[in-house]
Formats: sequence, structure tokens, C-alpha cells
Amino acid sequence: MRFLALFFAAAISLSVSGVQAQPTDLKAVLELHAEQIERPKRLQVGEVVEDLIALGTPEVTEFLQRWQNRELHMREADGQFFYVGEGTPIELIDVVSGQVVGTAEDSELKQLRPNAGVRRVLGSAMVQFQLSDPNILRRVAAVDSIARRPQADQLAPLLASIPNEPDAALKERKERLAGLLTARFGETTEDRVAAIEALSGELSLDVQAVMNQILTTRDAVAVTLPENENIAEVYEVGTDLSTAEAYAQLVSADLALALIPNDAIRTALAANIDGGFVGGVPVAQLNTDAARATAYTALAEVGTVPPLVTEADITSAVQSHVFYAVYTEPDVAVTDAANEALSEITTRVGMNQALDLTLDGLSLASIYFLAAIGLAITFGVMGVINMAHGEFIMMGAYTGYVVQLFIPDYTLSILVALPLAFAVTFGAGVAMERLVIRWLYHRPLETLLATFGISIALQQLAKNIFGTQARPLTSPGWLDGAWVLNDVVSISYIRIAIFILALIFLGLLLFILNKTRLGLEVRAVTQNPGMAASMGINPDRINMLTFGLGSGIAGIAGVAIGLYAKVTSEMGADYIVQSFMTVVLGGVGNVWGTLAGASLIGFLQKGIEWFNPANTLAAQTYMILFIILFIQFRPKGIVALKGRAAGD
Amino acid sequence: MERSFIMRNPSVLWFLLALAIFTLGVTILSEAFGIGGLSTSFIKTLGKTLCLCLIAVAMDVVWGYCGILSLGHFAFFGLGGYAIGMWLMYARTEEIVVNSLNEGAIPPTQQEIIDGIGTQIFGVVGSSEFPLIWAFSHSLGLQLLMVVLVPGLLALVFGWLAFRSRVTGVYLSILTQAMTLALALYLFQNDSGLRGNNGLSGLQNIPGLDHLGQATISMWFFWASAIALGAGYVLFAWVTSGKMGSVIRGIRDDESRVRFLGYHVESYKLFVFTLTAVVAGIAGALYYPQAGIINPAEIAPIASIYLAVWVAIGGRGRLYGAVIGAAFVSLLSSWFTGGGAPSIPLGFYTIQWTDWWLVLLGVSFVAVTLFFPKGIGGLFDYLVRKDP
Repeated sequence: MRFLALFFAAAISLSVSGVQAQPTDLKAVLELHAEQIERPKRLQVGEVVEDLIALGTPEVTEFLQRWQNRELHMREADGQFFYVGEGTPIELIDVVSGQVVGTAEDSELKQLRPNAGVRRVLGSAMVQFQLSDPNILRRVAAVDSIARRPQADQLAPLLASIPNEPDAALKERKERLAGLLTARFGETTEDRVAAIEALSGELSLDVQAVMNQILTTRDAVAVTLPENENIAEVYEVGTDLSTAEAYAQLVSADLALALIPNDAIRTALAANIDGGFVGGVPVAQLNTDAARATAYTALAEVGTVPPLVTEADITSAVQSHVFYAVYTEPDVAVTDAANEALSEITTRVGMNQALDLTLDGLSLASIYFLAAIGLAITFGVMGVINMAHGEFIMMGAYTGYVVQLFIPDYTLSILVALPLAFAVTFGAGVAMERLVIRWLYHRPLETLLATFGISIALQQLAKNIFGTQARPLTSPGWLDGAWVLNDVVSISYIRIAIFILALIFLGLLLFILNKTRLGLEVRAVTQNPGMAASMGINPDRINMLTFGLGSGIAGIAGVAIGLYAKVTSEMGADYIVQSFMTVVLGGVGNVWGTLAGASLIGFLQKGIEWFNPANTLAAQTYMILFIILFIQFRPKGIVALKGRAAGD
Repeated sequence: MERSFIMRNPSVLWFLLALAIFTLGVTILSEAFGIGGLSTSFIKTLGKTLCLCLIAVAMDVVWGYCGILSLGHFAFFGLGGYAIGMWLMYARTEEIVVNSLNEGAIPPTQQEIIDGIGTQIFGVVGSSEFPLIWAFSHSLGLQLLMVVLVPGLLALVFGWLAFRSRVTGVYLSILTQAMTLALALYLFQNDSGLRGNNGLSGLQNIPGLDHLGQATISMWFFWASAIALGAGYVLFAWVTSGKMGSVIRGIRDDESRVRFLGYHVESYKLFVFTLTAVVAGIAGALYYPQAGIINPAEIAPIASIYLAVWVAIGGRGRLYGAVIGAAFVSLLSSWFTGGGAPSIPLGFYTIQWTDWWLVLLGVSFVAVTLFFPKGIGGLFDYLVRKDP
């Protein structure tokens, strides 16, 4: 921090030396610039402000503030400036002493109304005073304003205000901001390089912005490479830059003749038709580029049109020039340091992005897991594909919405909605199993279609009851916001909650399947229903309970999904294909398989989206293609099961 | 003991007769060639329904006869539509562009015409370049070949991959559904080269036939659809009869047993899958010029599931069942959703059929699966059996 202190001293001495030739009192400054103050122009007002700031007295702050707030008045008679007080006739307040010095009628005074541009200049001038204002809110506002629009002249006052800053947090912010400003506007190369190196450990967006600003380049072209410029890169024509682009640069630098575009040729030819001929070529033959070029060249030889630029012209012009990018920052040491810092930052950002991507993938995987696990259980145990599974998810979400209509407290309503959604969809699942699926066990393809019939009926029913517009399912206040690690890595609390919910269900299902009597019977029926039945297990009852359980979990998944997405009658359909993919990919009837499938799909989708962020549709397309290919190599999924499910 | 094809399939004759009478009736009632009892838009609806019947017959063969519940045949249908749509759109736009360019003083170059067409077609997705897949769009012949080749090759490759690794039953259904979804999502992208979710439009205008008017053109397409349906019916009746038909039905009933008998099951399945996909593509190529527009939403997986629904309601395993199901459900559906069905006031609530039709369809679908697994076509069994 020593260089900061040095800087501070330099800045003070600089401003002191600048003051000497100037008027030393507010009144005198006002007199000098009376006209500018009365009718300020944005471009010229800076001079006035500079003189005012040079005074450095407390009443200057007050003056600037009031001027900006349109509280300054001028007495028309003698051009004196006053603030005004209450009452009629109006009290006049002296700008220096703050005392009432007389009265005037409204008609004698003119209120000064600086325009928005001028007021912005005044505002940024005041920042310097506000940086040391006793009120911490004003100081914070001043720092915010500098951070928004950093300028070279703010560096000195900012540095000056640091040593006397009483608030530790604000002091830290000021020092950080001073570092950012020094990197861009510092006086000496050493200062700037030191500031840049100090920043290279960070990865926030403003640091990246500063580095990119320092490393701004512009494209240039010359006959030979100039020695005295800070050159970023020399372009190779053909690899870094196409010939056409290179020629366009030459044209814009006035080093070559502009190309004649086809449109212009056509227009020129049309304008020079002479008795059915253009340049000796009949008009009817002008339907090829070659014929048009002949006609145009003939016109150009006469001098009616500018000459055509040929391919050979372009090639020779491009070859006789060198194309390069040059830094707008002339100091080589600074750009080198910034380049190094930026590559360090980029690496760090890349690592953090990988972490962020992992978190995203994990959250997506847990959503798919919740959506698919119910399907996996019913498919595994009963060999039945339930196309209405997505509609059970929707039913769960609507249950949550209805609960919130009756219980306004969001925390309590979610706590009620979760078990209620389970109960509703459990009931619906059991009813569906008893009424429809039970009769179709030996015809699995028809189950698929029958459940599809139920699916479209339920979807339309929900549309008729709740309407087509999306319904909100509001999460409790403590789930708002996101867990922010840094500028790159963040994850919303809702997604964390869904992840935890998925973990709970994973544990619960593993417990039920492995440690309870029901789980034992479910596993027995999955492996061999006939044998299980002869051991005294009632497969009918197990099928019914399993189906209910799978549907119930779908309901809970619906509440979870509804919390971060909108609740619509079509929301189930959005998840059903992904759920099928998860089940098929993971392997049927196995909790671990579903977990593996959901993880693979979640991470894969996020990964592909990362490669091609603009196009989530493409990501889904490629993912499905991957799954189709994957099934080629492991037709029974990642975790293949033995037993009935493996038999067909 | 070898009986003739017709003798073994008496239903073919009856079907062709019914189709001929229907076509004749519609022609007599049409505006262009008859007394004008049917509006042009209704003729188009009937023509489209015939195309849907054709793809339903194809679906019936692949599902009802071969036991492959494909949830992807509407994707082949859509691909056929896109293939013909590309030519229709290109040729139509070319006409417009050439006309407008010829108004200028200088005749246009070939490149200017192509650029003009590109800007016209791809302007909506912010492009003007022709993607590679439009390479043949200038030629009707090549594009007609694409109608057959694109769905055929896709079915061949997909089927080969799927059948080779013995993916069967519901797994196969889910995989075909995934294929359909992937295709639909791909087409939804703006840079897919097929105008993203705008799809291809203006397909009802046949290039070079503007002077004829829609009334005449709709009849032409109606006849073409009827001929295609008749030909497709005969073709599939032939495929599903005889020894080959027996093998195919054997695969449906017990795949392993047929394999152990020495038949190469995969080849049979692949043949049926690909053939039906090609027919689906042809049906699509006839359907979309009548519909006038095709977009990726048409290919969405739900469409293929509806196709299975038609076949199931009509009756699987009999070709006329599929025709009945497709015609019945799709016409009924447009009657209900078009507001043609009267509302039922219940006093406290009025049942609007536009809102409740899908509920009715869903429930009746469950009922058909549960109680009438043979569908509407099953009713004919009673007729035949009661005949002496």
C-alpha cells in the first residue's frame, strides 16, 4: 500500500500547485464564471467545476449539491447567486456564509435549471467530496458511482479518502476500487503493473472487465509493421483473416479502391442502357456475371463508371500490406502484465465454471431422479410403462397450488403439500391400478396405450379445472435467493432443497426395499412373481402398493418441480420422455440404476449445453441420440437386473 | 392348394369397391367436377383423412401384424411432407422471384435468382444461404425420390441398430419415441435449415398450376390420396398374406420361437419397419400439400401416439380396421374440436365439447383397450360369423 500513500501525496501537491493562479474564494469564482453558471453547457461546465473544486472549501460541496438540485437562484438585477428560504417575500441566503442576507420578490429571481448532462458532470464532481462525507450512506453511494463509471480523475480523490475511512468494510471496497482504477489509470508503469498483478488472483467480472479494457485492440493495416506501436497480433491473411475481410480493411483505411458490389454493377448497367445495348453488349445477354463484367469494363473504359476491382487487384493489394491488431494502451509492460493476469484469471474462471457446471448437473440429475424413480419402480416390478406418470407429477404440483390457496403461510403450506401430494397421487395410482392396469398385465403394449388414454384425459381435465395459464407455487421466503460462492459459482436454494429431497428419497427407498417386509416382497415379485406367489406373497397386493408408491413419489416430485418451474397442465409431459430415458438408460427396477441414469442424463445435458450454450434444443437432440446409441451397447441399461424384467 | 391372392383376401376386393364408390361419390359432389355439394375445404379434409388412413394401415402392419409398437411413424410421415414441401416452396418462390426480377431493366443472373429465393425462404430465420439439405430442392424428381429415401434410410438405420441389439417391447416403443422427439427438437431449431418452428408454408399453391384454382387441385390430390390408399392397401394385404405374413405374425406372437425355427427375425422386422416407413413418407407427401403448412409440431411424439390410438380403436391385425379407426377418430375429432358438436347443458355446468373432447377420447380409449381389444373392426367378426 505504500505506493498508494505516495500517490496520495503526489495528488495533493499537484492540486495545490494548480490552485495558485486561480481565484481563492467562492464568490470570486462565481463572479468569474457567472455566465456559465447561469446557462451551463455540458461541455464547458467542467472548467467551472474544476475551479470550484480547486477551492476545496466545505461550502463548495453545498453549492454543487444545491446547483445540481436546481435550488440555486440568481437575482436578475445584479447577477448575484443565492439560495432561497421560506416565506414571502422570499428570503435570500448567502452562498458562503449561509446567513439570510435580504429578501426579494418571486419576480426578481430566476431559478437555475441545469440540464441532465450538466447535472451528471456536477454529480461526478461531487463524488470527490462525498467520498469523505461524514454520512456513510453518501460515501457508499459515491463508491458505487465510481464503480459504475470509472474515470481517471477519480483516482486521486479516492486514494485520498482511504486513510481516513472509518468503516472497515467500506475501506476495503475503496482499496479494491482504487486497485482497479490504478490498473487502468495509474501514473507510472510500475504502479499499474503492481496493481494488475495484485488483481490477478481474483475472478470477479469487474476485474475481467478492467483487464479487457486495458487489452482493447483495434485492427490496423500498413505497408510495413510499425516499430513504435504496441502490437498485439499480426494477422495471417487466409488463416486469421479472409482475403475479403483484409481487402475491406484496406478500403476502409483508404488504401485501396472500393469493390463494386453486384447490385451497384446492375444499377450502373441499368442506368447506361443505350438503344438495347450496354457497353456493346445486348441487354438480353446480361444474365451472366461474365457478360455483365464485359459490359461494365467497357463502360469503365469510357469513364462513365468507376473501374472494376479485379481478383488480381485484390490479391496484390492484400499481399503488399501487413494486417495487425494494436493495443490502444501504448505501454508494453502494462499489456504484458494484463495478458498474464487475464490468462491466470481465465484459468481460474474455467475451474470455477467446471464447479458451477457440476452443481448444475447435480441439480438437474436430482430433478430427473425424483421424476423418474417412481416410473422405475413400477416398470421394474410390474413391467408396466405408465404413460400417465407425468400427469401424476402435474397432480402433485396442482395439489401444492390448491394447498397454498387455503394456507397462506408458505413454509407451512409446503409442509402440508408434500404429504398431501403423496396421498393424492398414491390414491390415484392405486385406483388406476385396480381399475385399468390389473386387467392388462399380460399385454404390456396395451398398458402403454391405456395409460396414455388416461394421460390425455387427466391433462385435459386439469386444463378444464385450472385453466390454461400457469399457476404459481410459491416457495417459502427462506428458499429465495441463491448460495453465491463467487461471481461464477452460485446455486439457488430451491435447487439445493430439491437435491436434499432427492437424497432423502434415495435413502427412504433403499430402506423400504432392503430393510422392510414390503421391500422384501417387492423384490421377490420383481424377480419371480410365480415363485413369490407360491411362497405366500400376494402379488396383487404388492403390485397395487408398488404402483401407489411410485405414483406417490411422482406427486412429491411434482411439488418440488412446481417450486421452481410454473405449474401448468402440460408440465408432466415435459418430463415424461426424460423420465423414460432415465429409466431405460439406468436399467429397469433398480434404484441405483435410476440414480446412474439420472446422473448421466443430467450431467450430459449440462455438458452439451456448455459446449453450445445458445442452443438448448440442440443439446436435447444430441443427448437423445447419445442415449439411442448407448442402448445399442447396453440394451438393458447401466445396471441390468436379473429376473422377470430381464426376461422380456 | 395354392389359392389366388384375391381369394385369400376377400376384404381387399370389398375395400377397393368401397373406396371406389366413395371416390366417385365425392367427385360427383365436388365443386370442380360435379354438382358442388361439398366445399373445397371439406374435400381437402377428406383427402387428408385418406392420407391418415394410409399411414394408419402402415402402422397396423408394423404393430398389429408384426408386434412392433412404433411411436415414430409420424416422424416418417413428417419427413415425407418436408421432402415434398421443400420442392413446393422452392419452385413457388422461384416463380415469384423470377417474375419480380424480370421487371428490372437487366435480366437476372442465375446467382441473383438463387440469392433471391434464399432470402425469401430463409429471411424468417435470419439467413439467406441455402443449407446443404436443400441441394436437390430445385428438382421435383429428385425431391420425390427424397420422399421415399429419407424416411426409408432413417428407418433402415434406426431399425438395424434397434433390432440388431434385440431391443423389443416397450423398450423399442420408448426408443422410437425418443427418435421422434430428437427429430422434432432438431427441426425446431432455427439453424436446422428447415425454417425452425415456422416450418414450410404455402404448400397448397402448386407451382405452375395457379390457373387451375384450389377446387380443381384439391380434387387431384383427393384422387391421388385415394389411389395411394388403394395401392397401399393391396401392397400390405399382399405382404401380410401368404408365407411371409405368417412369419410376420409369428414374430408378433412369439419372437424366440420363430427364431428357433430358423427364420432371420431381424430381417423380417427390418423389412416391415422400413417398408411401412416409406409408405408413411408417401402418405405425408400427399397430406401436407393439402394441409398447406408443415412445422415441427406435427412430428411431436404425441402425433405418433395418436396414430397408435386410431389403429387400436379401429382394430389391430386387420387392415380395414386401421382405415376405419383413422377415418372415424380423425373426422370425429375435427367435428368435436371444430365446435360442430352441440354443447350439453347440465344446469349447473355446460359441457363444451371443445374442452371435453380429449377427456372423452382418453376415457373411451381406455374403455376400448379394456373391453373391446379388437376395436371397431372386431364388430365385423360378428357379421361374418352370423352369415351362414
